[in-house]
Amino acid sequence: MRLAYPTSIKIIRVPCTGKVDVLYFLRALEKGADGAYAVGCMEGDCHFNSGNLRARKRVEQVQKILDTIGIGGERVQMYNLSSSEGPLFAQYAVEMDERIRKLGPNPIKKHKKKAA
Amino acid sequence: MIVADKKPIEEIIDEIKEHERILILGCNECVTVCEAGGKKEVGVLASALRMYFLNEGKEVKVDEKTLERQCDHEYLEEIRSMIDQYDAVVSLACGVGVQFTAEKYHSMPVYPGVNTCFMVVTEERGLWTERCQGCGECILARTGAICPVSRCAKRVLNGPCGGSTDGKCEINKEIDCAWQLIVDRLKALDRLDDYEKISPLKDWSTDRAGGPRKVIREDVQQ
Amino acid sequence: MKPKTPSKLEKVLAAGHLAVTSECGPPRGSDPEVIVKKAELIKDHVDSVNITDNQTSVTRMCSLAACIRLKLLGLDPVLQMVTRDRNRIALQSDILGAASFDINNILCLSGDHQSFGDCATGQNVHDLDSMQLIQTIRHMRDEGKFLGGDDIKRPPEMFVGAAANPFADPFEIRVPRLAKKIAAGAEFIQTQCIYNLDKFEEWMKQVVDRGLHEKVSILAGMTPMKSAGMARYMKNRVPGMDVPDEVVKRLSDTPKEKQAEEGINICVEAIQRLKEVEGVRGFHVMAIEWEEKVPEIVERSGLYPRPKVD
Repeated sequence: MRLAYPTSIKIIRVPCTGKVDVLYFLRALEKGADGAYAVGCMEGDCHFNSGNLRARKRVEQVQKILDTIGIGGERVQMYNLSSSEGPLFAQYAVEMDERIRKLGPNPIKKHKKKAA
Repeated sequence: MIVADKKPIEEIIDEIKEHERILILGCNECVTVCEAGGKKEVGVLASALRMYFLNEGKEVKVDEKTLERQCDHEYLEEIRSMIDQYDAVVSLACGVGVQFTAEKYHSMPVYPGVNTCFMVVTEERGLWTERCQGCGECILARTGAICPVSRCAKRVLNGPCGGSTDGKCEINKEIDCAWQLIVDRLKALDRLDDYEKISPLKDWSTDRAGGPRKVIREDVQQ
Repeated sequence: MKPKTPSKLEKVLAAGHLAVTSECGPPRGSDPEVIVKKAELIKDHVDSVNITDNQTSVTRMCSLAACIRLKLLGLDPVLQMVTRDRNRIALQSDILGAASFDINNILCLSGDHQSFGDCATGQNVHDLDSMQLIQTIRHMRDEGKFLGGDDIKRPPEMFVGAAANPFADPFEIRVPRLAKKIAAGAEFIQTQCIYNLDKFEEWMKQVVDRGLHEKVSILAGMTPMKSAGMARYMKNRVPGMDVPDEVVKRLSDTPKEKQAEEGINICVEAIQRLKEVEGVRGFHVMAIEWEEKVPEIVERSGLYPRPKVD
């Protein structure tokens, strides 16, 4: 389909969103990502039964932590789609890109630069 | 095993905010199994703290280390060579580990990173339920191997109290009445007649009432 | 049966009369008049008066002080004592304190859990349970000794009671649990409020079959309903309470302004029926914050005048 999506997004492939851990998100943000999101299969359609449900719970945990430490939980999101929905994938990418642009850069980066 | 629950990050931040070189110290035993203080939780807390301090514009070093146990000398010795690099430790072990770390490194501030709860079984992932309060004088032989000390809200030794309804405890419909369980079990063992034996007054001196407790085993001492 | 203590309640029972007891809840304050007024309302219509011990775990004036007030008025108080708030030192000590005022009846209870009351975050004690408290008082009275083994100078002379719930779970041990309390030393029993008369009679039959009624005086617990709302609340919200649908229906079919009267009728009818049940030795009329109705209930049930004993 050769659909376009924002170049700001770096894709990391995992066998199932059930593999995505709280730490993955935190490390990504700690290393300077402005946001991160998981895209899993539709809820109820997980090949491993509950991988995407676990992922959603972990995303919620990360959101809570980021809110607590003042980074902002909205920087992390969970999306669901089925494998044939390329256009939706692109749409989510655009949505996420817009969300993060609105939020601005990851606040720890300006201090990191200062420290360096 | 011992179950611990996570402490809110804001509480931990409040404890350690004056420090600049912090070691987050996990434990590979019970707190790993209950997902409150193992290597992974150490990583999550450390990462969150690093971001927090950066965002506050503070230069704080937050390192991670997880020991096999924090309740034995030999494992705690593993950090002796590195401890001088820090000015505070957050221990994600149970209260025993926090205290033993503090005893060993006398001039080092050690903060608890979890709330230590009680002795449990893992009923399912994410659900731990109490089975033992370590009263020091086990009466399970009399009660069909179900403990009224830890599982009855009133520690009633000749139960149930009047609050037992449909097998549940008066304080909460989610809690099984320990004495219903005991009666069911005695019945299954064909020992219901034993119900009428009166449990005598308990010697609580081996419980919390007797003050700090010790087990001394000369046969295994060196 | 020869009474073992100077308790009026015990004497009434020993003389073969149906006993009548009632209860008063102490005030949430230090005004002695509250308890005195309640007592004045009922004193001629009952043999003895229970004073509750921080019932439902709500902090009130202590049962012992309120009992002393009654004793000074010449009444026969029943000191209710829960094991929730006192360890074995305090229990024995309060028993001696009560005995020093010649309070001759005690009812042993475990007490509602503190989570129901006004100090839900407090600690509980439960050093002893109610069964062991019965044993303790009998030991103090009959052996004249403290739990620690030392002699008591002037041991307490107390008629020892316990509560029983004929409707409680688990079903299998409703009667064995009573047997256990009797074995521990209970001499009288005040039951949970009875609304399901059939079920109560069934329980009594099993009690009689085991001969337990010969060993203990069972007083049937009676609480008049003030309204259909109270009936529904008791049915649905109070643990261990058995309120049949027909009782709720009878009240809700009654016009609101007549429901209180109907509640009294139900109570009187129940007493009249249970008077004939083998093993029932009296009634414990708990008119919760409705003490003024006790005389009417007692009179209409044919339990007045109260016998003179001494």
